[in-house]
Amino acid sequence: MWKTILRRVLVMIPQLFVLSLLIFILASFMPGDPFTGLITPESDPNRLEELREAAGFYDPWYVQYYNWIVNAAQGDFGKSYTYKIAVADLIGDRALNTFWLSLLSVVLLYLIAIPLGVLAGRYQDTFLDKTIVLYSFISYAIPTFVLSLIFLFLFGYQFHWFPTTGTVDIKYDQGSWGYIWSKIYHMLLPAITYAILGTTGVIQYLRSEIIDSKSMDYVRTARSKGIPIRKVYSKHIFRNSLLPIAAFLGFTITGLLGGSIFIETIFGYPGMGQLFVQSITSRDYSVITALVLLLGFLTLLGSLLSDIIMSIVDPRIRID
Amino acid sequence: MTGELLTIKDLHTGFRIKDTYYDAVDGVSITLKKNEILAIVGESGCGKSTLATSIIGLHDHNKTKVQGEISYNGLNLALLDEDNFNKVRGEEIGMIFQDPLSALNPLMRIGEQIEEGLIYHTNLSKDAREKRVLELLSQVGIPKPKRVIRQFPHQLSGGMRQRVIIAIAISCKPKIIIADEPTTALDVTIQAQILDLLIDLQAETGAGIILITHDLGVVAEVADRVAVMYAGQIIEEAPVDELFSNPQHPYTRSLFNSIPQMNSEDDKLQVIQGLVPSLVKLPRTGCRFSSRIPWIPARAHEENPILHEISPGHLVRCTCWQHFHFEGERGGSFQ
Repeated sequence: MWKTILRRVLVMIPQLFVLSLLIFILASFMPGDPFTGLITPESDPNRLEELREAAGFYDPWYVQYYNWIVNAAQGDFGKSYTYKIAVADLIGDRALNTFWLSLLSVVLLYLIAIPLGVLAGRYQDTFLDKTIVLYSFISYAIPTFVLSLIFLFLFGYQFHWFPTTGTVDIKYDQGSWGYIWSKIYHMLLPAITYAILGTTGVIQYLRSEIIDSKSMDYVRTARSKGIPIRKVYSKHIFRNSLLPIAAFLGFTITGLLGGSIFIETIFGYPGMGQLFVQSITSRDYSVITALVLLLGFLTLLGSLLSDIIMSIVDPRIRID
Repeated sequence: MTGELLTIKDLHTGFRIKDTYYDAVDGVSITLKKNEILAIVGESGCGKSTLATSIIGLHDHNKTKVQGEISYNGLNLALLDEDNFNKVRGEEIGMIFQDPLSALNPLMRIGEQIEEGLIYHTNLSKDAREKRVLELLSQVGIPKPKRVIRQFPHQLSGGMRQRVIIAIAISCKPKIIIADEPTTALDVTIQAQILDLLIDLQAETGAGIILITHDLGVVAEVADRVAVMYAGQIIEEAPVDELFSNPQHPYTRSLFNSIPQMNSEDDKLQVIQGLVPSLVKLPRTGCRFSSRIPWIPARAHEENPILHEISPGHLVRCTCWQHFHFEGERGGSFQ
């Protein structure tokens, strides 16, 4: 078990190296330099040249790469051109917001999708199954921004059930129960929207896995033991059907951490997705570079997580 | 007490294909006695496995219809619902499956899988159950049972897995064991070991065994009585010695004839013409084997073939056996 994980982590090192190199090369093609954001009409061009010299702008590329990667490893990604604060601080706040929103979304997503997928698979071809499949197709067909706008309009502006923007009410003290509840309350509507839109994949996957598993030989063996059918489902069919879902779990979690551009923008929720779009439109290159590196890292982390989860749930994958 | 364990009378098992039911088992009547190994033989697609799954109620209830009588211990198994059947399955009837590589849950430890039936059919405590699992594993000849209960199926060989499946089948000391091609997926040396194990277990427990196979060698080795099935019907039934020394039905004789002979001078393999007709196309009247022995004239067959007892305990369907000869051989009384 631990051997498997260690091996996977070691494999990640060359992957990370290639990823960072690619991003570095891409970044070097971008116009501007670390001082572009500092230039004002009063700046002295000669002074800027000196600063560039001192910052290593004219060093060979491998020296630049080395300095960049060492700084990045310590959390220093330079300054945002537009916000004039350190990129790490800027991303830090947003990442935390997105993290909590993602967590709530994933929990809601699986709470909705797993029971529906299991029911549809178990009662295949019945009215219930057809209703669930219809629901999943509809939720798949609706574009994210349409459903977000409908929910925002209905539950935010018409019924006033949910707040329409921000992450927390300002009247609470940080750390109090009211503060925490207010945070969850602000996340609820975007999280529900996200969960509803994301269920299709899980429902369809789980449904077809359950249907496949039902006709497996080991299920027939289980039934021949004369154990109640609900036990056959929970211990044999369900467990085996969850394998592909578990395989995607790591990617799902880290994928969400990249933030949802539409949902965060429409619900005015300051997260990573929103930041990404803003930094692209305002050409905030240092932020873009840092975000791309972070998302690349998260993807690698997702595959690591998936492999670890798989080795926990499927004994055949463990290397003893 | 006549020693009859299971009596099947006029069993029909039909599969639904486009809203019509087609009988894959078409009017089978047979009895299983105590301490007996009854072999059911036939080609693929003749209804052997369907017969087995009907007895233990493992067919797909949405697509299958079982009619007739399967009486065991005063119960008609064909009429039981799922909940009541669960009291019989595992406890009174155990089943051994064809492919040991896929018949065990890959995510569960061996010990857990054997224990499962014990939880629902016995009042044993957790410790007592574990003791019983260890006992079962040594009974089916698995070395180091203490280690094996902690292992997963993929860590065992095919032969070991089949032993585990046998352990599952006998865990609650069933009176009837149905073995559906238990050795087909195994290599020959392992086959012999598993068959020996079945014979030993039968002698120890006194259970009746229904052995389903297409391998006449297996039948000769273990069976007491043999029923030959063709296209959903039993076409010949006899004690094993009688059937092997004196096969009568053209189908049975063709099966024996198709076994390759070492000392035969003819290199050609003897085959039976044609195929088992598909469920939908199968003619439901007349002798079902007639299409595969077209050189035998139609008047040799009965209009509605029934089983005739030609000597005590030896039943043959249809009258065509009296006039049968292999193609190219000198004809019988009709020519």
